[in-house]
Amino acid sequence: MTQLTLGKALNAGMRRALADDDKVLVMGEDIGKLGGVFRITDGLQAEFGPRRVVDTPLAESGIVGTAVGLAFRGFRPVVEIQFDGFVYPAFDQIVSQVAKLHYRTQGRVTMPLTIRIPWAGGVGAAEHHSESPEAYFVHTAGLRVVAVSNPQDAYTMLRQAIACDDPVIFLEPKRLYHAKGEVDVDADIADAAPLGLARVVREGSDVTVLTYGSHVTTALDAALAAEDEGISLEVIDLRSISPVDYAAVTASVRRTGRVVVTHEASREGGVAAEIIASVTEKCFHYLEAPPVRVTGMDIPYPPAKLERYHLPDLDRILDAVDRVMGRPNSLSEVSA
Amino acid sequence: MTDTLTPAAARSTDTDDVARLLDHTGSRVADERLDPWIADVDAAMLRELYRDMAMTRRLDAEGVALQRQGHLGLWAPAHGQEAVQVGTTWACHDDDFLFPTYREVGIELVRGIEPADFVMVWHGAKHSSWDPSVAHVANPQIIIGAQSLHAVGYAMGIQRDGGDQVAVAYFGDGATSQGDVNEAMVFAASFESPVVFVCSNNQWAISEPVGLQAQYPIAGRAPGFGIPSMRIDGNDVLACVAAMRWAADHARSGLGPAFIEAVTYRIGPHTTSDDPTRYRDPAEVDYWRARDPLARVEAYLRRMGAFDDAFRDSVQADADRFTAAMRAAVVEATPPPPQRLFENVYAEPHTGIEEQRAAFMAYLDGFGAEGGAA
Repeated sequence: MTQLTLGKALNAGMRRALADDDKVLVMGEDIGKLGGVFRITDGLQAEFGPRRVVDTPLAESGIVGTAVGLAFRGFRPVVEIQFDGFVYPAFDQIVSQVAKLHYRTQGRVTMPLTIRIPWAGGVGAAEHHSESPEAYFVHTAGLRVVAVSNPQDAYTMLRQAIACDDPVIFLEPKRLYHAKGEVDVDADIADAAPLGLARVVREGSDVTVLTYGSHVTTALDAALAAEDEGISLEVIDLRSISPVDYAAVTASVRRTGRVVVTHEASREGGVAAEIIASVTEKCFHYLEAPPVRVTGMDIPYPPAKLERYHLPDLDRILDAVDRVMGRPNSLSEVSA
Repeated sequence: MTDTLTPAAARSTDTDDVARLLDHTGSRVADERLDPWIADVDAAMLRELYRDMAMTRRLDAEGVALQRQGHLGLWAPAHGQEAVQVGTTWACHDDDFLFPTYREVGIELVRGIEPADFVMVWHGAKHSSWDPSVAHVANPQIIIGAQSLHAVGYAMGIQRDGGDQVAVAYFGDGATSQGDVNEAMVFAASFESPVVFVCSNNQWAISEPVGLQAQYPIAGRAPGFGIPSMRIDGNDVLACVAAMRWAADHARSGLGPAFIEAVTYRIGPHTTSDDPTRYRDPAEVDYWRARDPLARVEAYLRRMGAFDDAFRDSVQADADRFTAAMRAAVVEATPPPPQRLFENVYAEPHTGIEEQRAAFMAYLDGFGAEGGAA
């Protein structure tokens, strides 16, 4: 086991994938000598050369579109989108080409692209640098969408995503790039839990809290605080938000009977809405209370000095826990 | 210092300002840049080019008829654009990889794609029919210009594999307004990728004239990206063969991308859903009918004594066989089964789609022998 930051774990995962398979190549803006604006690709170009670790022109549709052509030729491109808010110019290539070519060609062409996105807010960034676009991609058939929350998953899931024959939107919480953890860099990905499985991060009996990415940490903090009040939260890191591991989710909800889903993306048409709809369909008779969402506001991502109001924190999660537990909460007056 | 002042004249509309080898009367004209590339094209080869163009015209007419008769949901007519489709494909090596649009049936014909595979997409049975890795032709692209980036990416792959193939991006005049086509030229030039861009400028993007996409000739853009280009008569199959051989040779030699603007004309509507009489002057269509790509080859071959009734009849018979097979395929087609809906959404097992498929199939099974499957 090695202590690595989440960023270094991603770097190690890519290095391993490049070494293991000469069809893997890494592409993006500033990823070569600079090592990426977050240094996630640091040293890879020096080790594997500019043909495998490619600095591209500044054109996101171009990056993803040429990766599609490389996949046509049998390559496995790993694409870095510099910031979450810059993925939109590549949206057409991702949803109309990357996601659909396997279907459109009746399975004759595979699109094993990994699209890495430094993702979400909480780091005091400028406009367009803190977006949570996951719902757009979750809504698109043909894509897999995963989010990592710790260095070991970053290392393992990135290698799994690269090895996967389907395109994977790979979300990396910027807030956690410097978070450290133990990583088994010698682990065989064949022995790891398959991409797509959720993980119970903390067991509990009163409320199931479903989340992903940097919010796993927030949810765990909330679980500690709830414990002081005698409430036991089960925290599940979904890891994959398309597909969602409903076997794990429903097993938990059927025990606890109460659900809170939290993410920092805004609410309307979001991932929490989808998960609550599915959980309600699958577990209605087990539910003790209506499930509750704790999300970002339905606003454009706010300026950095305001983002702490937008981002769900421990207290907002606890307020939702009070609601599903039938305890006094911020809506008690409103509903009374 | 680079002079950045360019003439303001709207010369994109000067469709006669092109390089050609065969004029509209079927007379051979000299062009010192193009001539060397067709030195080997004799009467026998020209007859084969004519055969493929005539078959393209015939199958295209059949496509329109099948649509009018309700067998196809839509058809995008190729009438008038046979020379650029057939000539440029003919000039490629068999393993050069082509990325066509929805209108390029001449490419598909030259690449030996089966008659049934021309129609099942438009019949609505499947999104694509042939295996791109066998035909070396990607599935037809409908999103305007998206495939230009795929061609460049494929060419980047050729560079990494050390192959001597080229990739070809086909698109129309409208696509040159798209970001993807411009990004494709940036990537291709920056990486010196072996890709050829073929712009079939047919003057109209549905109802929008080329002047709305380009004031200056489209071929004039490529040099700004560092890409050599040629503006040719797209209704002259000899010029199309010559220009494509030049461009592919340039790309194959490691010199990077090349660009061809083939100036042609769409005689029919954009698709069978379109009514060009609402936006087009009939005199313009007559002007272009007089510049027909097939008629000029026929005239040239007759001058050479290489076009007789027997040849015409054999071409006709080939075209009849091909279109009869096309018609039979669509008329006799059975509806795809409902489980096809869920096939190939993902390459690997996916719990979400598997759950949905199981639920839907169980629902259909509830109809018993009647089957909800129709």
